[in-house]
Amino acid sequence: MTLFIDVTLNGFVIGMIFAIVALGLVLIYRATRMINFAQGAMGMFTTFLAFSLLNRGVGYWLAFVLAILIGFLLGAIVELLLIRPLQGKPELNPVIVTIGLLIALEGLAGVIWGNSGRGFPAAFSQSGLTVGHTKVAFSHFDVFILVVVFALMLGVLVLFRATNLGLRMRAAAFAPEMARLLGVRVGRILTLGWALAGAAGALAGLLVAPTSSFNPYFMDLFLIYGFTAAVVGGLDSPIGALVGGLITGLCISFVGGYLGSSLEPLGALALLMVALMARPEGIFSRPAARRV
Amino acid sequence: MSSPPTPPEAAVVPTWARWVRLPRQPMLRHLVFAAAAAGGFYLLTSNLSAYNDFQVGEIALYAVALAGLSVLTGMNGQISLGHGALMAVGAYTFALLATHTSINFVLELAIAVGLTAVIGAVIGVPANRLKGPYLAGMTLILALGLPLLGDKYQSVFGGDQGLSTIPPTAPGTINPEEWLTWIEIIGAIVTLVLLANLLRSRFGRSFRAVRDDEIAASLAGIHVARTKVVAFAVSAGCAGLAGAFLALSTGVVTPGEFPLTLSIGILAGMVLGGAGSLMGVWWGAIVLVYLPEWSTSFSGTFNLGAGVSAYLAIIVFGLVLIVVMLAVPNGVQGGLRWLLRWAMLRLRRSPPAVAELQSEGHSVS
Amino acid sequence: MAYGAVQALSNASFEASDGAITAVLGANGAGKTTLLRTMTGLVKAKSGSVRYGDIELTGKSVEAIARAGVAHVPEGRGVIAELTVEENLRLGALWSVGRQDRQSALEEIYELFPPLTKRRRGAASTLSGGERQMLAIGRALISRPKVLLLDEPSLGLAPMVTAQLMAVLRDLTKGSSLLVVLVEQNARSALSVAQRAVVLNLGKVVVSDSADRVLADQDLRRHYLGF
Repeated sequence: MTLFIDVTLNGFVIGMIFAIVALGLVLIYRATRMINFAQGAMGMFTTFLAFSLLNRGVGYWLAFVLAILIGFLLGAIVELLLIRPLQGKPELNPVIVTIGLLIALEGLAGVIWGNSGRGFPAAFSQSGLTVGHTKVAFSHFDVFILVVVFALMLGVLVLFRATNLGLRMRAAAFAPEMARLLGVRVGRILTLGWALAGAAGALAGLLVAPTSSFNPYFMDLFLIYGFTAAVVGGLDSPIGALVGGLITGLCISFVGGYLGSSLEPLGALALLMVALMARPEGIFSRPAARRV
Repeated sequence: MSSPPTPPEAAVVPTWARWVRLPRQPMLRHLVFAAAAAGGFYLLTSNLSAYNDFQVGEIALYAVALAGLSVLTGMNGQISLGHGALMAVGAYTFALLATHTSINFVLELAIAVGLTAVIGAVIGVPANRLKGPYLAGMTLILALGLPLLGDKYQSVFGGDQGLSTIPPTAPGTINPEEWLTWIEIIGAIVTLVLLANLLRSRFGRSFRAVRDDEIAASLAGIHVARTKVVAFAVSAGCAGLAGAFLALSTGVVTPGEFPLTLSIGILAGMVLGGAGSLMGVWWGAIVLVYLPEWSTSFSGTFNLGAGVSAYLAIIVFGLVLIVVMLAVPNGVQGGLRWLLRWAMLRLRRSPPAVAELQSEGHSVS
Repeated sequence: MAYGAVQALSNASFEASDGAITAVLGANGAGKTTLLRTMTGLVKAKSGSVRYGDIELTGKSVEAIARAGVAHVPEGRGVIAELTVEENLRLGALWSVGRQDRQSALEEIYELFPPLTKRRRGAASTLSGGERQMLAIGRALISRPKVLLLDEPSLGLAPMVTAQLMAVLRDLTKGSSLLVVLVEQNARSALSVAQRAVVLNLGKVVVSDSADRVLADQDLRRHYLGF
């Protein structure tokens, strides 16, 4: 019975982390109709930069914020240099480019920092909280993650539904040509979308790093779990990212707890397959509307 | 349309063939090529050291893997980031057969190919409903997840130590290393000839038709889903053969040999050579085999740390993918083809080439 | 505005004036849509120029031309189906109308096209053809453009709705300095409201005259316009 509770709680917590990665993917998808496979690696890279800053004595929260800002810049640079030139070309080209970016960043991080062998510190205590007289598998840090995820999700929701910038972004994503005819500077909007996603990715990296071994590949699994979460919930939907994250987290936790951790990715694969067969648009997406 | 960079649709006779007098019939042409390649390799291997022989064999096996992916992506429009995992399937199948049975190694190779092809078909069924990026995501999970099975079932797969195989004995007085290399070379040539024939056949045309426009293809009577599954199976079979060759030539199979970087490296090799180009696979294979060496000596010259060279190689893969996609989407072969047409134009050898270049939007002075 | 030769149009020059509707007519494939798309920068002209007054528009980006006051209602209307009616309208106003005035600008459009008011929060995909046309024009007008380009607005609309549409256009230009270029297959209804007419044939301008005179010329009508 305790295994069940532990597994469920754990699923909840890792689900929150998957949701953050998923939110970054949703951001880019809503802004540019593209999937950024380098989302995890970009976050990994900025987290390593934060690591360097910390080692030079920079305060934790300052490094945290700086990493997010660098992520913002990184996203913008990637869009301008790598994605913009591919406009109008076949759909697979940006996919291949972002995959190239994924491993190029991993290689670069490896060259610069190597396998550090050290860990990345967490923002808050990672030991379990005490509820009543029992220690629960839910720490201060997990509370922080929860708060961040909700804040991020709300932020993305508000951005797209209630702001003029979000309106421009949606128009630029659904109908770029028409948006241009209406005076929307589509190019700048796309860059901004990637920049925001870069910042979200940096945030994800900072939250994931303390929970796993700190090497250039540490975001790989989180990328695929985040991807699964986003697809399950609906690539269009920030709420979907959260719910998809939860579902994926629970699924992975149960597979890991009862079948062994080496089967976790295949568990994600199974979940992804089921989702794509049953409801390819995701749980929360609105039906695709045609251009009229 | 979600097709990858498409190679210019080959004329009935490829451009360069106008220069060289070759039989017009595809099958004959392929056989001539095969014979020439075999001859070339023979010269190569009889003049190289054992270690270089081994590398030539490696180039051959990666050529097989790249050819499989090239057919899948370049000719059929489906991307796969999981071919490293498929190589693992072929490798482990071969190793298991070699360890537990004593059947002829050719049969073992065939079974490895067949099993991997079947798994490819199994993956191909859900895959054929997925658009590019989703397929990439799914195969990415496969690439990360499949090799972990080795961890799970340690008694069968030998865990981290993996399995070892005893290479088949060379007949007669042939040098054992050369023998292994020759198995791989022959395997590669045979595979490429078969693939080339497949691509020229009606099946190959249906591959391309599905790549270019699924709706039009199905209206023309092509069974789209079945075509895509077959393409996946063929491609997986090639990866399985390459993996089996890896097991054959190195004598050992461990999970560590099949990380995500292998799958992405295969993608990079294919993109470099040119998606859809069977000739281009050799460029990619050479880079895949020699890159680790080059980066080791590079990091040695600059006195970088010990583990750095592996990471350097990875950076190069990433850069290849990025730069080729941005600058030369049709890879080296595509670039060479363009150069050749430009040269023919300059020499004013052939009006059709001028027309071809004009239709591609180049201005003619 | 003055136009010069453009790609796929070989010699298409004409002028249009403020406060008037200039109809651009001709058979399918004559180059009418390409003409409009060149004017708004969606197609780059190989030679020639596009000017409004003394503002040079050639070579500018699509957004820049739009922000110079050129509103284009493309073929098929370009209503963004995934957004609501009000969001479509607001999109048009974002660069041109200050925050305080946006609400009143929206109200003006609703007054002009009452059927849109009921549907303001609905998805644009739920509108009928005529309502979409109203939305597209309203969206173009909300930015108070100096130039309004319409590509086949009557396409797919019932004759009565087309007539209403033409009436709206006529009212818009009466007493204002709005320059309207109206590309139409339906030459008859276009000529009923236009002051000038330009006829394209195979990428060339073959007629550029007052609308009345074109209407009166039976041979011309039969030859190029089909009635």
